[in-house]
Amino acid sequence: MTATEAKTDTIKPGMKVMTMLEAITDAMRTEMRNDDRVIVFGEDVGKKGGVFGATLGLQDEFGEQRCFDTPLSECGIIGAAVGMAVYGIRPIAEIQFLDFIYPAFDQIVSEAAKMRYRSGGEYTCPMVIRSPYGGGIRGGHYHSQSSEAYFCHTPGLKVVIPSTPADAKGLLIASIRDEDPVMFLEPKRIYRHGKGEVPLGEHVVPIGKGRIAREGTDVTILCYGAMVSVCEAAAEESAQHGRSVEVIDLRTLVPLDEEMVVASVQKTGRCVVVYEAPKTCGYGAELSAIVAERCIEHLEGPVVRVAGFDTPFPYTLEPLYLPDQKRVLAGIEKTFVW
Amino acid sequence: MSELLTIIDRDGKTQKGEDPNLPPEELKRLYRLMVHTRLLDERGLALQRQGRIGFYLQATGQEASHIGAAYALKDSDWLFPAYRQPGILQLRGVDLEKVISEWFGNDGDTSKGRQMPVHYSYREINFVSISSPIGTQLTHAAGAGMAAKFRGDDTVFMTFCGDGGTSSNDFHSGLNFAAVYKAPVVFVVENNGWAISVPQRSQTSSESMAIKAQAYGMPGIRVDGNDILAVYRVCKEAVDRARKGDGPTLVETVTYRMASHSSSDDAVRYRDAKEYEAWQKKDPIARFQLYLKHKKLWNAAFETEVIESGKAQITAAVIKAEARCNLPASSMFDDVYMNLTPQLKAQRQELMDLIAKGGVGAECGHFPL
Repeated sequence: MTATEAKTDTIKPGMKVMTMLEAITDAMRTEMRNDDRVIVFGEDVGKKGGVFGATLGLQDEFGEQRCFDTPLSECGIIGAAVGMAVYGIRPIAEIQFLDFIYPAFDQIVSEAAKMRYRSGGEYTCPMVIRSPYGGGIRGGHYHSQSSEAYFCHTPGLKVVIPSTPADAKGLLIASIRDEDPVMFLEPKRIYRHGKGEVPLGEHVVPIGKGRIAREGTDVTILCYGAMVSVCEAAAEESAQHGRSVEVIDLRTLVPLDEEMVVASVQKTGRCVVVYEAPKTCGYGAELSAIVAERCIEHLEGPVVRVAGFDTPFPYTLEPLYLPDQKRVLAGIEKTFVW
Repeated sequence: MSELLTIIDRDGKTQKGEDPNLPPEELKRLYRLMVHTRLLDERGLALQRQGRIGFYLQATGQEASHIGAAYALKDSDWLFPAYRQPGILQLRGVDLEKVISEWFGNDGDTSKGRQMPVHYSYREINFVSISSPIGTQLTHAAGAGMAAKFRGDDTVFMTFCGDGGTSSNDFHSGLNFAAVYKAPVVFVVENNGWAISVPQRSQTSSESMAIKAQAYGMPGIRVDGNDILAVYRVCKEAVDRARKGDGPTLVETVTYRMASHSSSDDAVRYRDAKEYEAWQKKDPIARFQLYLKHKKLWNAAFETEVIESGKAQITAAVIKAEARCNLPASSMFDDVYMNLTPQLKAQRQELMDLIAKGGVGAECGHFPL
């Protein structure tokens, strides 16, 4: 189920209603119990349990050796994680906000992403970088940006973005078990937005598989993260005007489930790409190109991007910057009338 | 200025009580390694000048510094090197054909031709893949040290950078992390005076590189980097300290980059000839030779044998390496991830189809680049 309210009296056996944040904590707890190589660290993740509370309780359960605070240095956090991964343990490094990741950019792009390739496969770097990203919390430009495209542009990295509590758990567990470095970007706007049923214990959602969040026949919306629920709401409203909208939650940006994207657009003949990042050179530009390359003979209208604007992320005008239901609806209409 | 520890004086004699008294066979082995490292460097540069390989980086003048440092480790200890420590490969017995195949980037290269020459990676000797960005390995060593401590291993990690590397972000983060977590790491700064064309005095206002250790709460020791016994002694103490759980040490080896930065650089354009000549007189191999002579472990016949055997081994390895095959085009797509993504599979197919049609790929593998 998606991030909608679930009533406790109807929960299926083996499931628990959680927020995305709780599901993320549960994923780490599950894997730390499963595999004693898994450790978690970052700024304020120990006693405080992280600024959003994603690591709450982990230090109490696993001790200061496996869940600990670091000095305030993103470069140090990721550089140390690379060394740990190369040596053979499984680090989960938290970067407090994706906006603060840039001091570690060299370590991510030049080291983690290239270790396997440059050593001819002799050394590998299985590690997860977790970071809250995206707008919607009135955080201004240093607590709101969506810079996923930088990482998608780097061969050697996987980029995963969940949109529901259950997927957050399943994808994070898959990321921790992955043999390559994974950027696990958490849409903080929906950390506590809605609850959903999450399987207890083992739950793996494979990396590289998208999810059809809503089936439809007239137009395909491609989206991820916090935009999924916005697009679902727009699809619902559009249905009232007789449009059947298919919403695809990509879940994994790299590697992309290209076949799901192509099959859907070939079926509907129309495509809207929705993302919060600045429009130019955002991940949606790549999606548009794929659709243009592989679906051209099926298209009945232009591929439309609904995205953030090419400005720094604004503070007071945030609601106008982020794609909302109305802008997505307008995007849908553009694929019909052009 | 911090004291500069020296053991072998200009006449090849040691200060009383300072000689680590290594067994004669080990002393001769170290000498052989230093000479062979320099010979390998000379051949590397020659191959580049002949257009047979694309690039080369020499470590000439720094043989005592890095061989002496790594000699203080156990074979099970790990190295996170920079790109001027080739003597460690010979110290730990990597087959020369593999090393030289790396220069050619052919199918004998364990790194599969993925990097420029001299950016080695040898898991068989715990020598982690070298990167070109400066200093990035320093935080890796700190993290690996934290991991080993967490697992209860007694592995020690030695990592290298130059004087330029002390200005990098990772120098600060790496030393800070290692000190905070008391990680078993030895940071060796090979202060060779130059970061390409920028002299050490423009790199820092600190009176030395070693003094920077104080700010991180670890010992910092300045040692004559052209004195292999002094480097060994200082690093052995640092390695022992790390293994005992007493945390990291910063060792500054004061040495000199006798060659240009790389085969693409010409140091004559920015370096004073007098400075070069003064350092030539401090050559680490000549100094160690005097010491051995004093100990009656060196004579002309030994010298000839060391040089001739080194040249013969290198020549044989060059012949074998140069005869190896280019890597297949499809290998470009391997090792990006453990498994090929659908996108990489499609791109590989696209390239293979173009090659099959002819005309694409014929120019691969030919030097000069």
